[in-house]
Order: sequence, then C-alpha cells, then structure tokens
Amino acid sequence: MSENLDDFRAEVRAWLAANCPDEMRKPANEEGDICWGGRNWVFKNDAQRDWLHACAAKGYTVPDWPVAYGGAGLSAEQTKILRSEMARIGARAPLSSFGIWMLGPALLHFGTEEQKLHYLPPIARGEIRWCQGYSEPGSGSDLVSLQSYGEDKGDHWLVNGSKIWTSYADKADWIFALIRTDKANKYQGITFMLFDMESPGVSTKPILLISGNSPFCETFFDNVAVPKTQFIGEVNRGWDVAKYLLGHEREMISGGGAGGDMVSIGALYAQAIGKNAAGELDDPVLRAEMAAFDTDVFAFRAMGERFMDMWKTGRAHPASSNMMKYAGTELNKRRHELVMSGAGSAGLEWDSTESKGGSKPRGWLRTKANSIEGGTSEVMLNVIAKRILDLPGA
Amino acid sequence: MPLYHNEEQAMLRDSAAPFIADNAPVSHLRSLRDSGDATGFSRDLWKEFAEMGFAGILVGEDHGGMGLGHVEAGIVLEEIGRNLTPSPFLSTSVAAVSALKAAGGAQAAEWLPRIATGDAIVALAIDEKPRHGPEGSVLAATRAGNGFKLNGQKCFVLSGHVADMLLVLARTGGSAGDKDGLTLFAVPQGAAGLSADPRRLVDATLASHVRFDDVTVDADAVVGEVDAGWDAVKPLLAAARTGAAAEMVGVGQGAMDMTMDYLKQRKQFGRLIGEFQALQHRAAHLYSEMEIARASVLKAQQLLDEGDAGAELMVSVAKAKAGRATNLAVREGVQMHGGIGMTDEYDIGLYMKRDRALAEFMGDVHYHIDRVARLNGY
Repeated sequence: MSENLDDFRAEVRAWLAANCPDEMRKPANEEGDICWGGRNWVFKNDAQRDWLHACAAKGYTVPDWPVAYGGAGLSAEQTKILRSEMARIGARAPLSSFGIWMLGPALLHFGTEEQKLHYLPPIARGEIRWCQGYSEPGSGSDLVSLQSYGEDKGDHWLVNGSKIWTSYADKADWIFALIRTDKANKYQGITFMLFDMESPGVSTKPILLISGNSPFCETFFDNVAVPKTQFIGEVNRGWDVAKYLLGHEREMISGGGAGGDMVSIGALYAQAIGKNAAGELDDPVLRAEMAAFDTDVFAFRAMGERFMDMWKTGRAHPASSNMMKYAGTELNKRRHELVMSGAGSAGLEWDSTESKGGSKPRGWLRTKANSIEGGTSEVMLNVIAKRILDLPGA
Repeated sequence: MPLYHNEEQAMLRDSAAPFIADNAPVSHLRSLRDSGDATGFSRDLWKEFAEMGFAGILVGEDHGGMGLGHVEAGIVLEEIGRNLTPSPFLSTSVAAVSALKAAGGAQAAEWLPRIATGDAIVALAIDEKPRHGPEGSVLAATRAGNGFKLNGQKCFVLSGHVADMLLVLARTGGSAGDKDGLTLFAVPQGAAGLSADPRRLVDATLASHVRFDDVTVDADAVVGEVDAGWDAVKPLLAAARTGAAAEMVGVGQGAMDMTMDYLKQRKQFGRLIGEFQALQHRAAHLYSEMEIARASVLKAQQLLDEGDAGAELMVSVAKAKAGRATNLAVREGVQMHGGIGMTDEYDIGLYMKRDRALAEFMGDVHYHIDRVARLNGY
C-alpha cells in the first residue's frame, strides 16, 4: 500500500508540475484571485482559467468525490497526498465553492442518484455557483423559527419570505434554502429546497459590513415558484439536512483553523518589528502575548489532528465539532488582534496600494463574524454543555 | 500514527486506572498527610507499582523493564494525577530513566534494573533557585583524585531525603547560564557530606533542599560525559516536562469531573446550579481547553517516542497548555463548588494544590511560553 501511495505521490507531483501554472503558485492577494466559478464568473487571467479546467478535467476540484459525480475517486490517504503536494508548491485552490463545501456533502448523503448526477458534476466543474439561504432577519441563532414559506400549489411551491447573510447571493446561480412547508410543525415543517436565482421573484441586496466589503446579502422571495422535485431528503424533514450540514460546516471551519503550516506569528512579526540584542522581539509585552498565542495555536493544531483522526474512525463525540468550531474561531479572532498590534499604524490604512487595499484591517474586521456565522460561540458552548457535559436543563 | 491511544495503550489504561483508583485514591494522600508520614509516599504501593511493571515502564527489556514509551508512561501518569497519588514515578521511572537510558554506561547498568524491580528510587537535583533554570547551575564539581568533589546546593528535590540515588547537575566548566561545562552525576544516598532538609509542600509532598559539602564521588559516577551533561539532562527534562503535563491533565480531568458532578447535584434557587448558563458556558470552555491540552500532551509524547526533532517545541507547548488548562480546571472547580470548595474536608482543594506543585516542576507556564518564543527564533 505504501508503495502504491509513493507511486501516487510521484504521479501527482508530475501532474502538478505539468498543469499548475506559475501564476497559480503565488499566494492569493486579493478577492479576484480566489476563483468561485459560476455562469457569470470572469476569470482574472488565463492561468486561473487553465488551472480550474485542468483540475476539473482530472477530478481534482473534488478529489474524494466519485468519478461519476465529477471527482477523482481518491481515497482519504490519496486526498491527503494531493493536498500536501499542492501545499508544497503553494498551489492555490482551483475552485472555492459553497457547492463543494456544503451542498455537495448534503447531496452525497441525502440526494437520490438522479440528483447527484444532475447537480454534482456542474459543481465540480465550477459551472454553477451556489449560495446558502438559512438565516432570516428574525431567525439567527434560533434558526428553526424561520418563516419563509412555501405554499403547496400541487406541482410547485410558491415561496415567499426573505433570507439574510446569504454569502455572495448577488453572484450565485442557484440557492439551497430552508423553507417552511408546514406552519404547525416547528422542526418537522421545513423543506431543504434548491432553486435558480434567476427564477422570477428572487432579488438580492448586498449588505455593507464593517470591513467595508459586502460578501453577504439580503435575499427576497416574492412568489417564487419552485418545482416540487427540487428538494433534498424528505419534504418537511429539511431540518435533518440542515443539522447534518451544520455539523459538516463546523468540521470544515475547525479543520481550517487547524490547517496551514506551523507559522509562528511571533517569528513573523519579529522581522517587521525588530529584535533586541538578546534576539527577542523588541516589545516584551507583545512578545509575551504572541508567544502565548503561538502556544495555543500549536496546541490547537494537535487538537485538529486528533479531532480528524478520531472523527474519521468514528471515535469522536458527535458534538465535538462544536468544540472545534468554538476554539478555532476564537483563536482566529485573537490572531487578527495580534496582527493589528504587530502592524502598528500601517495596519490602519484602509485603501492604500501599500496596504493591499487595507487587507489587514478588513481581514481583522471580517474575523469578527467567525464566532457568529455557522453558529455563535455562545450556541457552541450551549451544545457542548448539553450534549457533551450533559448538564441539566441546557 | 493517529493521535489517539491504540488498542494496547487502551488496555494499559484499563489496567492502570482501576489499580491506581483502588490502591491509591485521594484518601491515600490524605492518610499520608494526616499521619505526618515522613517518607512522602508509600513504599508498599511502590513495590506494587513495580509488580505491575509500571516502575520499569520506560526501562528497556534488557534491563528488566517493559520497554514502552512516553505515551504509555503518560497513561500511568494521568491516573496518578486523577487520584493525586503521591509517587516517585515521575522523577524515578520517567525522568531519571530517560537520562540513564540516553547516557548508558555503568550508571545505567547499575540503576535501571533496580528501578524496574522497585528497589531503587531516584531524585532529581537540578534546580538551585526557586524558579526553574537548569542552565544556571553553579554547584561545583572539581577534580579530586580519581573522581570529583561536589560543593553547593540544590532545591525542590522531590523525595531527595529518601531517594536511593540523586541525579545531580553540576558545573565542571563554563559559567552560570552555559549549557556546556555541565556534568550529571549519580550520587548515592548516604554519601559523606550530603545532607537533605525535607520540607512539606503545599500539596503535602516532601521536597528537599540538599547540601553538598565536599561530597566525593568516583569518576564512574558521571552519567554520560564530563562537561556534556546537557546531553543526558535534555532527555530528562523533556521526559519530566511531558510527564508533568500528562499528570496535570489527570489532575485537571479529575477536578473537572468532580465539578461537573457537583453542578448536577447542587440546588440553589430551586434549581440545579448546572442549569445556569453562566456556569454552563464556563464549564464548556473548560472542557474545550482540557481537550486541547490533552491533544498537545499526546502529540508531545508521540514525537518524543518517534525521536522527532519537533518534540522539543511540542514539549514546551504541552507543559504550558496543560498548565493553563489544569489551572483553569482547579480554579473553576473551587469557585463552582462555592463555600464547600474552600473546606479541607472536600477534595477539590487538594487538586488545586497538586496542580500548583506540578506547574512549578521543571518550568512553569511562563517559562515554557518563553521557550516557545525562543524555539521560534524570537
């Protein structure tokens, strides 16, 4: 087996050498460098297009999905090798996609064979860009109280209502949304629907955030007709799909927090700030805070590794992804506080060329949402208290 | 290697956990403390540790040990921590054995078999000041005849008054702060000029201030090489720090379990106090910190067992993280128990005391966070 994996690594390395353009081996500097795909996507350059097409043809945008659905059918070990080889040359992700991260896993788990064959390949190829319609103005942490309603009209539902915090809804081609189909049943009265954002009655309005960017939208449904074939799982059982996806999302967010290399924030800023004669970062209090942070990051990386090892072998507590989400997002917020401290006044510049369009302050402000989106830290703590610690009345 | 215990390791836990819980629960610590015991641990229990194979868990099979690794030693240490068992296990079977194994030679051949059978315990005479700093050793070893003459003093020598042998870090060259010029000696108890002044610590264990007045040892008392004692002390420190971190995880887990039970029993305002969200969130945060600490300790143990170069950094991460998490566990433990947590009768305070002693052992949280910075070049 290990010999086969060595062969596979050599094969991947050769394929990457031949197919990953030089331009795609540099860190992404701005939003346009991240390829989201979709009907209206405008490639920033040929390299971005070629890289996506090469990966899609090989199944490498979704390496562990079956070949029939646009993947490469790789095993977990092979996928790990592919990712490590991509990381080795600094290759960018060919495609960023809510279809891959969120809808795909739900379809793979709950979809019919027909649905999988219909929806998954265009996701893998980056042809259809999806957005997620969960939260509503009155339903944030208390998501199950959602009100958007799909009235049964025989062969279709007539959907009315609105969603909020729909990431990139203004750029998405399709939406997967939680829509109430039974007003009398709170948990078992929601259906997980899929529909085209170009359907008559759908409109979006970007929300300007404190970061100065508008990644989120309000999305309005005004008598939108959704064919009654376009749902996943069972009618009125969309909450099961949503819960599954939230678990997956938290796993993904926590995995992201644990990923990356062992970069020490203190080592990074010692270069920028300078060192004293003893070779220490030349601000003792900031040094101490960064060292404490680095310690927590390295410990959390071990946690991430342990979590994934246990998760994949069924050893993890089913609610432990909530702990990972809580700890990982709180850590990421702390990182960006320290980035701002390390950058000093240069970190305040909002739109200068030198600041890459204010990437530091905007990034810092963006992280404040980490502990809100996908379940707030407080909700995560509630879940840990109830499901893991078994505390009463929680 | 996956970052969880394999089947054999799980089996070891299944035998260590009930053995220690049955033979040395917290009441065992209390009875030693309250009877004014002068040894600091039970010699009978230590013989049983040897019979279970624990005393020689890291000792190679060629010397009569089990030949296992730091992951396995950590399993025993976690149970020791959970039960607050007073034991020479960490100093003798984990730290001293690691130095003797690394150095080899006559001292290893003499002491490793006796450690494995439970016939010898070893104390660590490393620090000279209240705050950890092995490189700062100035205890002088000067050439005399065929051997050396030791003069100076050490502190925080756990079991120093009763150990059969002391591993003593002495200076044969260089000056305070240098890693070169240090030499590690095996000094038998009873050597002329050696005197130990045992003091009761906050956690009821006994640690000595040890004086060396012209203590004469043969040349073969050197563990490893003269002036290169750091090569033998490095594995000792790594093992002691990782081991202390594992024991702390046991202390923290024990305190947390006790506290969670209390939250599910204690009623105020007509409700179980565990229903209050103010306490639930703190409990959940504590759980998260303890899990992360546990993962970092296991990672450090695995890297040590693999001889990985990254072990050094992870050892300090583990000691610091376990220190922070366990400190949170015992502080929340006392606070959430309310008034009863302040009483001597209730066990939670004993957990707080043991945590404090383990936190100081071989470098506290601040020492190791500083070390994380140094190892990363800043």
